[in-house]
Parts: sequence; C-alpha cells; structure tokens
Amino acid sequence: MKIRFWGVRGSIPSPGPKTVRYGGNTTCIEVRSDAGELIIIDAGTGIAALSQNLLAEMPVNAHVFITHTHWDHIHGLPFFLPFFVPGNKVKLYGAFDLITGQGVQQVMEVQMQYSYFPIREAELRAAIDYHTLEIGESVEFGDVLVKSTLMNHPVTDFGYRVESNGKSMFFSGDHEPWYNIYDPEDEGYAEFQEMIDLKQSVLDDFVREVDLLVIDCSYTTAEYPSKRGWGHGTFAGAMALARRVGAKKLVCTHHEPTRSDDELERVFAEALEQQPGADGGPEIVLSREGLEIEI
Amino acid sequence: MVGTQSTDIERKIGFAIERMPAFPRSVQRVLELTRDINCRPKDLVGVIEKDPVMTMRILKVINSAYYALPTRIASVSQSVVYLGINTIKSLSLSVAAAGMLPNSNLAGFDTRRYLIHSLATAGVARQLCMSVGHEDNDAGDSYVVGLLHDFGKVVFSQSFAADFRKALALSAEEGIPLHEAERRLIGIDHAQVGAMLVAKWTFPAAIVECIRDHHTSGVASSVLRDSLLVADQICRGLTKEDIPVDWEGRSPDGTTRFGDNMASIIDKLGNLKKIIDEARDFAQVEHSK
Ligand SMILES: [Zn+2]
Ligand SMILES: [Zn+2]
Repeated sequence: MKIRFWGVRGSIPSPGPKTVRYGGNTTCIEVRSDAGELIIIDAGTGIAALSQNLLAEMPVNAHVFITHTHWDHIHGLPFFLPFFVPGNKVKLYGAFDLITGQGVQQVMEVQMQYSYFPIREAELRAAIDYHTLEIGESVEFGDVLVKSTLMNHPVTDFGYRVESNGKSMFFSGDHEPWYNIYDPEDEGYAEFQEMIDLKQSVLDDFVREVDLLVIDCSYTTAEYPSKRGWGHGTFAGAMALARRVGAKKLVCTHHEPTRSDDELERVFAEALEQQPGADGGPEIVLSREGLEIEI
Repeated sequence: MVGTQSTDIERKIGFAIERMPAFPRSVQRVLELTRDINCRPKDLVGVIEKDPVMTMRILKVINSAYYALPTRIASVSQSVVYLGINTIKSLSLSVAAAGMLPNSNLAGFDTRRYLIHSLATAGVARQLCMSVGHEDNDAGDSYVVGLLHDFGKVVFSQSFAADFRKALALSAEEGIPLHEAERRLIGIDHAQVGAMLVAKWTFPAAIVECIRDHHTSGVASSVLRDSLLVADQICRGLTKEDIPVDWEGRSPDGTTRFGDNMASIIDKLGNLKKIIDEARDFAQVEHSK
C-alpha cells in the first residue's frame, strides 16, 4: 500500500514563505492499494493538486472518504477534476449528519450552489455515487477493506482504517481524545469516566498494530488547555496512542495554520523530547505535502 | 385495547412529541448557556437531563434507526460521549426553539407539579439504585426511568386535553387512581403511552418494561423497577412545603431491598431534602417577561 499526503494543514489553507516546506493545503491523503485501487481520504485543498496528477491516468475510479463536513476537509471537492470528465467513476463516502438529517451528498449540494460555485452537481459528467455510512460500517472493493469508527469532534467525524494485502493504515480525521466534562468532585465524574475509558479502549482496539497511524496533532500540551473542547488532539496524545497500540509508524498531521515550518519543527522536537519512547517503538514523523510512505 | 385504536394513538403521540415544547426553566437556561461560547458542557448537560422533554427528544434522535450506535443510549451524558457536546447543544437549541410548556394548560394539568415529581423521583431512584451497589444496576437507567415514567401524562395534556381533563376529574371524584380513569376515558393509560414512546426510540427493553408496568402489580421484581416504585411513592404529593410522610402502610413490594421500611429508607437517603429542593428550584421559575 502506498500513501501520499497532498494536504496536511488544519482549518484554513496557509500558503506563504513560512509554510513552503510542509505545505499550506488542507487535508487530503491518497492511498493506493497494491492492486491499484484509489482511495482518497478527505477533500481539503490538497485534492486540487492530486486531481491534476490524476489527469494522466483517466478514466479513474476513485473512492473518496470524507471524515467530516468541516470546510477544511471538503472545500477542495468542487475542484476535483475527475468529476468533470465522462468515463470517470467517483464514489463518495461519509457520515450521516444528525442535525441536518442529511447524508454525505450534502457536502456536494451545499457547495455546488449558484451563489458559491458556477457548476451544479447535476452538471457533472462523471458517474457519481454516494454512500452514507452507518457508524462502524465497513466497505470492501477490489483488494481493499475500509472500516469506520466514530471519533470525537464538534460534528460527526469518522476515523477510517484501510486494510489491504496484509497492511493497514488509519486516519483519525479531526479528533480530540475524550475528556471528562465533570470535575473529580462532581457526582457524574466516575460514571462519565467509565464511559470515556470504554470509548477509548474501543478506539485502541480499532487501531491496534496498524502499520501507519495518521493522527490530528493540532496542539502542543501547553496549548491544549485553552483549546479544550475544540475537537483536536495533541502531539503527546498521539504519541501515547501510537505506543500503546503498537503502531509501526505515526504521522502527526493537521498542522496549525499559524505555525511556521520552523515553529512546527521546534514544537515537534520538543514533544519528542518530552515523551521519549522505549526502543522498538513506532517511528514518528511530521506530515508534509508530498510525503510518500510505502507500507 | 383495540388494535386500530392503538396505532391511531401511537401515530398521534408520535406526532405530538415532535412539536412538544420543553419546560420554561430549561428553555431559558439552554438559550442563556448556548449564547456563551465558553459554556461548560457539564452545565448544559445538567439542564438538559432535568427536562423530560429535552431528554426524550435528544435520546430519540440519538437512538434513531438511521443512526445505529453500537449501544443504546439511555442518558444525556452518555450521548455527549458518543456525539460530542456540540451536537447535543444543537439538538437542545432546536427543542428550545419550539417554545415553552405552559404551567397549566387546557387539560388543567399542573406541569410544574409534574416536573417536581418527575425530577425528585429520578433523583431518589438513582440514589436508591446506587445504595445497593451497581454491578448490574445502572443508576443512569434508574434516573431516566424516574424522569420519564409519567411522561405519558404530558402527552395526554398536550394532545388529548379534553379527555385528560375528564380523567383528572374522574380520578378526583371517584377517588380512583388516575391510570384507571385514563384507561376508561382514553382507552390507554400514561404508563402505556410512555412505554410506547421509549419503545419506538429503541430504549433498552428493561426501561420500556419498567415504565409500562409501573402501575401494574405482580410484575417480577428488579432493582430498576423497585427503585422506581419506591422513589415514586416517596415523592408523592411534593407540592407541599414539607417532605411527605403519608406513605405509611403503602410500601411497594420491593421496598425491603433498600431497607427495613420506608422510614428507614428515607433516613438512609439523607439528602432527600436536597433532591427535592433542587427539583422545586428548577420548576419554580416564572415565565420571563
Ligand atoms: Zn480540520
Ligand atoms: Zn474539523
């Protein structure tokens, strides 16, 4: 399986001289199975560059998995060129939205309206298919199995585990590890803690011994307290998870848009120093645009 | 009960719950809290779980068939774990937007008194459940059962106002239990209606049965059932200032599970007054100008 990162930034694209090394595009990850199946996880602005790359191999058959509907994970979608060319097949997968009562097709319908984009969904030429996933639903195609699990974010967010030919990778989408909303002296504390411990152990089992773990690491441990409840994780939390579940490799992603390349390297080095791992633990790296990993 | 009548009533109450407004205090508090970007999740949960309508609506959406969760969600805080506080906030706001239940309505039903009774019963039932240890007994289930056991009355008061008014009068005139009067005049009682609702939203079977049977005798005892029946008995007549003591000689079957007699159980509860004061406080708020 080959994984390539086309967008690694959180929240908003952040191009400029300070982000050239890691890149300013928002989340988009390309996964290729050994048999050549094309899986794309999230459609941040990184998907525009990816789709340029796909022109050479059209017609394509793409399976696009959306972790959640926040802009930075879908706003590249109208610029996904395969949509406009007959003969291509695109299947879009994502969660049901409890609040709007809509399936995954809303990510297209909302963006491709007269006021926001000149082309309507109905005018697209590719064969487009929507698959709204239930919690925990898996899908299989070719030599690939994709499993979903519910993460913790201000909107329904699915983490996806892609398995193929004995290898596996997992992407969290945006995720804040579950935390207790009560204070230790409150009556509801113990019961709540029990529930989140259970939830965490379910996630641990879901990602256990994965070859590649890609996790939202927006914040440092020092930054986190003022961002609690915003739906993002820390370097330290991701490192602890990777070590706990025996992942082979951890890629830290969803970089803060205001973080320069130098700053990013500095906070990453500091996090590694603060949580030294045992020998034989996972290799830990930062995601960057163009990073390719073969597992 | 006749089959067609049952489906007709089911349709009517299913419809009623969609547009049923919540209680004044929770509507006010939800609007207040959600205006503050730094609102603490536990404060919001604290308000929602005190309101039977909000609790019902949130659990209904979360347990809906099109969004199958690995486990049935039976408490508001559990729904926060699965769906996050932001989604719960959004759901509570949509309930708040439907307006507020009046303190009394066409049926002459005292919603404030109902709320005090439900809240106090919920608090006491949870306390009782915890007092017997909670290996297989979920105190959260006891709370929800206490909060929702009489919810059918709210449905009646909103959607069957004329008949329910007659049932209230009949029960007072003839000195018969309200559920008997309901059966006679509406064809179904509030316990069945409450059970129908929670069953439709796929609550755990134990909760459905417990609500359905709370006025039926000879049903097998369980911690959940006994905690509800004893709490329900303790919290009767709570509109008076003092904690009622007129339960002498009216101990439900499962009483001994929690203590020798009602008096000793109440002694052991200790904070009964606090639970009742909180319930009163929550229900007391006047409509805002
Ligand atoms: Zn994001
Ligand atoms: Zn997000």
